[in-house]
Amino acid sequence: MFNFFDQNILNFVIWTPLLGALLLLTIPQKQNLWIKRIALMTVSLTFLFSLHLVCYFKSSSGYQFEIFRPWIPAIGAYYALGVDGFSLWLVLLATLLMPIAVLFSMGSIKEKEKSFYFNLLILETAMLGTLCALDVFLFYLFWEAMLIPMYFLIGIFGHGRKVYAAIKFFIFTLIGSVLMLLAIVYLRQEAEGSFLLDHWSLLALSPQVQGVLFAAFALAFAIKVPLFPLHTWLPDAHTEAPTAGSMILAGVLLKMGTYGFVRFAIPLFPDALLVAKPWIATLAVVGIVYGALVAMVQKDMKRLVAYSSISHLGFVMLGLMALTPQAVTGATYQMVNHGLTSAGLFLMVGMLYDRTHTRLIADYGGIAKQVPLYTFVFLILTFASIALPGTNSFVGEFLILSGSLKELPYQTILATLGVIFGAVYMLWMVERVFFGPLKKDSLKGLKDMNWREVLCVLPIILLVVWMGVKPNFFLSKIEIATQTLTETVQQNQLAKQSLKLQK
Amino acid sequence: MVLAWIILLPLLGALINGYHALSCRLRQQKVIHGMVNFVGVGLPFVAFLIALSQGIPFILGAEEPIRENLFSWISVGSLHIEAGLYLDRLSTLMVLIITGVGTLIHLYSIGYMKGDSGYAKYFAYLNLFLTSMLILVLGDNLLLLFLGWEGVGLCSYLLIGFWFEDKAKAQAGKKAFIVNRIGDVGFLLGIFALGVLLLPGAGENAVIFNFEYIESQIGLITVSKVFWLSAPFIITLFLFVGATGKSAQIPLYVWLPDAMAGPTPVSALIHAATMVTAGVYMIARMDFLFDVAPETLHIIAIIGASTALFAALIAMVQTDIKKVLAYSTVSQLGYMFLAMGVGAYAYGVFHLMTHAFFKACLFLGSGSVIHAMSGEQDIRKMGGLKKALPITSMTFLIATMTIAGLPPFAAFFSKDHILWKTYSHGHPILWVMGLLAAFGTAFYMFRLYILTFTGKSRVSEEAKAHLHESPFNMTFALIVLAVLSAVAGFLGLPEVLGGHDWIAHWLHLGSNAAEAHGASHSHTMELLLMGVSVAVATFAILLAFVLYRNGLEGPNKRARAMRPLHNLLTNKFYVDEIYDACVVRPIYYLSQSILFTVIDRKLIDEVLVNRSGRFLAWLGSCVSRIQNGFVNRYAFCFLLAFALMLGIWVFN
Repeated sequence: MFNFFDQNILNFVIWTPLLGALLLLTIPQKQNLWIKRIALMTVSLTFLFSLHLVCYFKSSSGYQFEIFRPWIPAIGAYYALGVDGFSLWLVLLATLLMPIAVLFSMGSIKEKEKSFYFNLLILETAMLGTLCALDVFLFYLFWEAMLIPMYFLIGIFGHGRKVYAAIKFFIFTLIGSVLMLLAIVYLRQEAEGSFLLDHWSLLALSPQVQGVLFAAFALAFAIKVPLFPLHTWLPDAHTEAPTAGSMILAGVLLKMGTYGFVRFAIPLFPDALLVAKPWIATLAVVGIVYGALVAMVQKDMKRLVAYSSISHLGFVMLGLMALTPQAVTGATYQMVNHGLTSAGLFLMVGMLYDRTHTRLIADYGGIAKQVPLYTFVFLILTFASIALPGTNSFVGEFLILSGSLKELPYQTILATLGVIFGAVYMLWMVERVFFGPLKKDSLKGLKDMNWREVLCVLPIILLVVWMGVKPNFFLSKIEIATQTLTETVQQNQLAKQSLKLQK
Repeated sequence: MVLAWIILLPLLGALINGYHALSCRLRQQKVIHGMVNFVGVGLPFVAFLIALSQGIPFILGAEEPIRENLFSWISVGSLHIEAGLYLDRLSTLMVLIITGVGTLIHLYSIGYMKGDSGYAKYFAYLNLFLTSMLILVLGDNLLLLFLGWEGVGLCSYLLIGFWFEDKAKAQAGKKAFIVNRIGDVGFLLGIFALGVLLLPGAGENAVIFNFEYIESQIGLITVSKVFWLSAPFIITLFLFVGATGKSAQIPLYVWLPDAMAGPTPVSALIHAATMVTAGVYMIARMDFLFDVAPETLHIIAIIGASTALFAALIAMVQTDIKKVLAYSTVSQLGYMFLAMGVGAYAYGVFHLMTHAFFKACLFLGSGSVIHAMSGEQDIRKMGGLKKALPITSMTFLIATMTIAGLPPFAAFFSKDHILWKTYSHGHPILWVMGLLAAFGTAFYMFRLYILTFTGKSRVSEEAKAHLHESPFNMTFALIVLAVLSAVAGFLGLPEVLGGHDWIAHWLHLGSNAAEAHGASHSHTMELLLMGVSVAVATFAILLAFVLYRNGLEGPNKRARAMRPLHNLLTNKFYVDEIYDACVVRPIYYLSQSILFTVIDRKLIDEVLVNRSGRFLAWLGSCVSRIQNGFVNRYAFCFLLAFALMLGIWVFN
């Protein structure tokens, strides 16, 4: 029994949300309570399943919990799943944020609940599939499948210019994906009809071919990250999405871009990467500074947090481009950290929005006295976001910056500006929202967090501290994956050099 | 685990009081003062006792440091960062100051913060501050030091903005944190540069940021280059940038005067006695590295002397009792850095200690005055308070005489050592600057004392009714600190006066420490310069007395006569305004008007994104005209094309 469970654990993790979604279809629209219950139970069960991954993950080896079956022999597609150090914590991040998103939405989504939770559950299956797929065909399927539920979540349940935001999100992502699809088709030819990542990594491609293919993959992922100047879909989508959508979008979906780099773009095309590396790192640093400066002048809290994501993801990209074990480990860690803090901040803004129906900073002022607990939690997340030592982000940023300095000195030094501006925009917002005299009488009746909301942020807060004080538990599981990646690229470089010497 | 308890006890206090504060706020109950006091003051006191028990062997002459390895903090590849504690003579001194002065100030706060709605929260923050500060001085590696460094910054932010309903106070907290962040980035870059140098050669289990490890690799660091410059120079310069932030030196000192928005005991503990001296401690801790970076030391000495003089000038015209003390702190910190810069590390630390005593005493004294005056801080509205506040005025006078450099009070010895070392190490110009700053110090402090405590009363009738001496738990701290500032100087009684200069021998910092106590210059010269500084201080005191004896009319008239100079000083050389115009506004303008409005919204989003979308839509609408459903037009097109093709075929 245990063996069966262990061998199929990834199936359980990935497909449970889909089953839950199908179950939801059988419940009549009017049974609100049952819809919520089933959604919550499904995502919680998924989270429990995913804990199995952490418990039995071995720090000493690569892909684990692998499932490998022929799937569509006609085109050479396999049903191949597995988890390694890069995907493990992202899977956990996704399965953890989902229950929080559902729990929070129980209080803020008041109509069309069935369709809302249905989309949310489908989204979870798609995300988890994307993270675990080791067959590129399967990966692409899940990758595209993420778009549809997110499109509906923004377009139907969002605020303001929600349709514009949803379409923009959809088209931006699709443009990248289409080019990636072309590259995938080409690579399948090269690999003699196989979609398996394992086979692809053995291909010997000429630098020119690599360059074109890398460009196609990198564009798709760079849009998702997003890398400057491909970022303008993000502030719109994040701002107009419902709170749960923003959480998942910032928390998990953005990481699909950076994950794509470590899983595909970097290991498959090392030569092209070495050429593109300084340029991408420069764009990342532009994003860090630009995102922070633009975040500073936002009037809408959600939009501010959205722009801050561009800045934070810039750090991750910088670390990935430096390609030292320290920097890549730090970047992988920082993906999870940003997932937690930005999701937490969107959650907090969502709570305020549910009470007052405004996200404008100018509509608040001096509310710290009214909502002490809320202020306390918000401050913790603020300082986690500006990477105060003792919180998780410090570990990530420290590893990224200290690991990148030697490889990319100028970019890294410029990137530290983001450390300063990060404090500026967050603390300035905190000051305007929470401090000073109470701005309006209508804010007097503002209610503090209720139990459900406390339950939502509690795991995030605990993780922020745990991952900041004792990061080794997490880092040790990432290490092998980063070592393999950096060694792949290094060996490739060495081989090239010795070839040159021979000539 | 003994050392860990010194840190854990205040942390425990912070958690208990923090929980209590929050739960009482949520349930709208009153905080239990007794419990808050017991936890908030008792636990730091126990920490002090433990520190004392660990420190006594060092005071008696032990040399072997105590090391405690707690757990592995960050470990990636060959990079290992341990959470380890380290107690030697230097950190013993720091820990005793922090827990000792800290406990006194906690005790004082019981009286000062009585009746405040954030009583329990205040003690929680203050205990959290002690925790961070203790991590800073007990950590055995640079990263742990940085953890404490940022932790005290956080507590400083929270405590400056403690009364956050006042917008200006919240802004002061934010300003402190952000200005410090600028310095912190320098500090981080220093750490990174060190890591880049040391990591490649590190063994399997090397802890490269550990102070002792860095010291063992000093040979490698000395010969290395970062970019084109010598590695020690770059690294120490970056670290010093961090110090200018935390320790309020030019050009990053601007946050400290604003930090006076916090409760006065906070100013005494954080913004005078402990946190702001973190930069001095850091240099003393890394003395071996700064020793091989003479260029950096030179810069430090110049910045220190300039800051000492610059801030003393500003302090001479301030009218807010706490602002005078704030600029005085900046100035005294300048002295400490001057000492560090001329390689007299031990005297910098010595001045750090005496400053902790007398400045804490002055701040707590000013707190007592403010308390008695129901919140009034303007010395123009004080005067003649000696009668109503006998203990406060007495202790304030002792501390004032100390800071003015009158023998035999503590700062006379510590300051004079610094000036003497500056001179004897061949920096006559810096010595003159230090001497002028000493003149300013004696002047502004006695001006402050005379205006506050002597002469005719200018107190408003309303405030007069409430004038009272503070309760014993407040005056107790004042008395202890006054006594300490009077006598602590004898720890460093110079040889020329028949002492043994015990503190310098005991701390034994820096490689040229031996030279520093050697008599390279004549004793006559040292005595002569000592005489000069006493004479200068006495002259300044007399001048202050003559000018301010009869209240404010005379000085006001003179100020009007020298209006441009006076304006320049009262406006603090317009540094805040210059920063605002040259840094803050341009960055805001760049972000708002160029990056966001033009580049993000217009260029990228409107021109590139939306317009390419609209172009495709337009293209679609053009093409769709061809397929409009009219069969006759289709037929026409068909005929046309057929004719064309026929024509091509015929003519070819």
